[in-house]
Amino acid sequence: MATADEPSAQIQLSGLVKSFRGSDGPIRAVRGIDVEITAGETVALLGPNGAGKSTTIDMLLGLLEPDEGSVSVFGRSPSEAVAQGAVGGMLQTGQLIRDLSVRELVAMMASLYPAPLDVEETLELAGVSEIAAQRTNKLSGGQTQRVRLAVALVSDAELLVLDEPTVALDVEGRQAFWGTMRAFAARGKTVVFATHYLEEADAYADRAVLMAHGAIVADGPTTEIRATVGTRTIRATLPSVDVDELAALPGVNSAERRGEVAVLHCADSDAAIRALLDAYPDVRDIEIAAAGLEQAFLALTGDADSGDGRPPRGASASSEKQR
Amino acid sequence: MTLVYMRYELLRTLRNRRFFLLSLGFPLILFYTIAGPNRNVHNFDKSGISFPLYYMVAMAAFGTMSAMFSCGGRIAAERAVGWNRQLRITPLSSRSYFRVKVLTGYMMAIVSLLALYLAGMSLGVSLTSSQWLKMTGLILIGLVPFAALGILIGHMLTPDSTGPAMGGGISLLALLGGVYFPLGHHGFLPELAQYIPSYWLVQASHVALGGHPWSTKGWIVMIVWTIVLSGLAARAYRRDTGRV
Repeated sequence: MATADEPSAQIQLSGLVKSFRGSDGPIRAVRGIDVEITAGETVALLGPNGAGKSTTIDMLLGLLEPDEGSVSVFGRSPSEAVAQGAVGGMLQTGQLIRDLSVRELVAMMASLYPAPLDVEETLELAGVSEIAAQRTNKLSGGQTQRVRLAVALVSDAELLVLDEPTVALDVEGRQAFWGTMRAFAARGKTVVFATHYLEEADAYADRAVLMAHGAIVADGPTTEIRATVGTRTIRATLPSVDVDELAALPGVNSAERRGEVAVLHCADSDAAIRALLDAYPDVRDIEIAAAGLEQAFLALTGDADSGDGRPPRGASASSEKQR
Repeated sequence: MTLVYMRYELLRTLRNRRFFLLSLGFPLILFYTIAGPNRNVHNFDKSGISFPLYYMVAMAAFGTMSAMFSCGGRIAAERAVGWNRQLRITPLSSRSYFRVKVLTGYMMAIVSLLALYLAGMSLGVSLTSSQWLKMTGLILIGLVPFAALGILIGHMLTPDSTGPAMGGGISLLALLGGVYFPLGHHGFLPELAQYIPSYWLVQASHVALGGHPWSTKGWIVMIVWTIVLSGLAARAYRRDTGRV
């Protein structure tokens, strides 16, 4: 087959299935995932804990063999791609080995790749130049996380995979982290990252793949995913008005009722609020909020659950994430 | 490519000073304590070799075994912090990873060996240069099964348990190998010892008598232990692919 030999500009996850042995029967961590990622894209794998993100990433990196399905990284198997230095990664858990300085550790890792980034440049990029002479066992949590990023970046790999990279960071640290990531992605690299911070996917990814219970519930540009459930939400106390009536207002995509409170998902909240005030002058306690991916996520995982005929575990998992 | 990696790995070992000095110092202290008062015993235990020579090699066996075992401790420590997973997503092959670990163990072993040779000479051990070389060669070959054992332990245990496992393992292997005292020539213990690789390490001191310190049995014991332990180590490595 001629096509198989051509270098592919894509990463393909096809029909991935993975189960683990649990105390009461097999746990189906990933149940049939199909994703195609084009070179140069920044893609967020978004979902609550237990959605199967890390398992998917481990299969993408060749750390786990899928039970079914296959992974192709630019036309190669994950282990081939890793062996050729085409993949750089930062795993979810992990500390650094001790008895080396930050600079030495990055240089040590650089020596493993065929075409690594310059060590000093990497330290600069990851924002660890100032601590380059410090021993790796004397760093704070945030510093350790940045050095781990430097270790991933020094590969200068075509594909960078990050599994929940900002978990240990404070808000400031996160911003600096993503600044670095953007600079790296701007070099034409493909970046795949897992996160349960919805705002991160929203702000830093071109595209979000939403996962829940080991399956994909939505996949598309972050803007598109927001559009499917409305870009803004209006909440207002408005008893005794039919939801269908509210949904028919201009600018409103859908409406729902939570007790006395009506929630309007709006494509155009400006038009919707004017129409709402005109039609129902007694409306009170109005709140307008940018939906972000949070609502999109809740709506989509909620749907997936009811379609599955199971109790809405996704909803409780997501509300857990709101903390 | 692996050379730079190897250099940093060695640097790490040397920087771990407490470990380095303890593993180097302990056999030296034991040697001087045991052999110092008996430096003039020339025919130790009717073996034909001197007391200092016997204990120089016995303690070298102890020190070099510990050096090889320490690979295991280092692997366990790297696994515990998830570093093995980080390395698995680099181009470093598992073969190179083990090669670096084993070579690092050998470097430590050679330092320990040289220190004991110097200590031995200070108590009057004297051999021809070909005897020194032959003895060193046998000891280095005899360490191969211990390298495999180190890797096996590193993949089976956590850092918490490697300490006792290694301490106990080394003591037992040292005792059965005749490191602390010769096991005599009759009875169960000397019979059993011949199937233990550490025994043959200690026997390397018999180069001083001329001829071959290792019988065919000795070579077979070494080869069988190497094959079995390497197989087990490879299996432990393959099983240990998941997150710790």
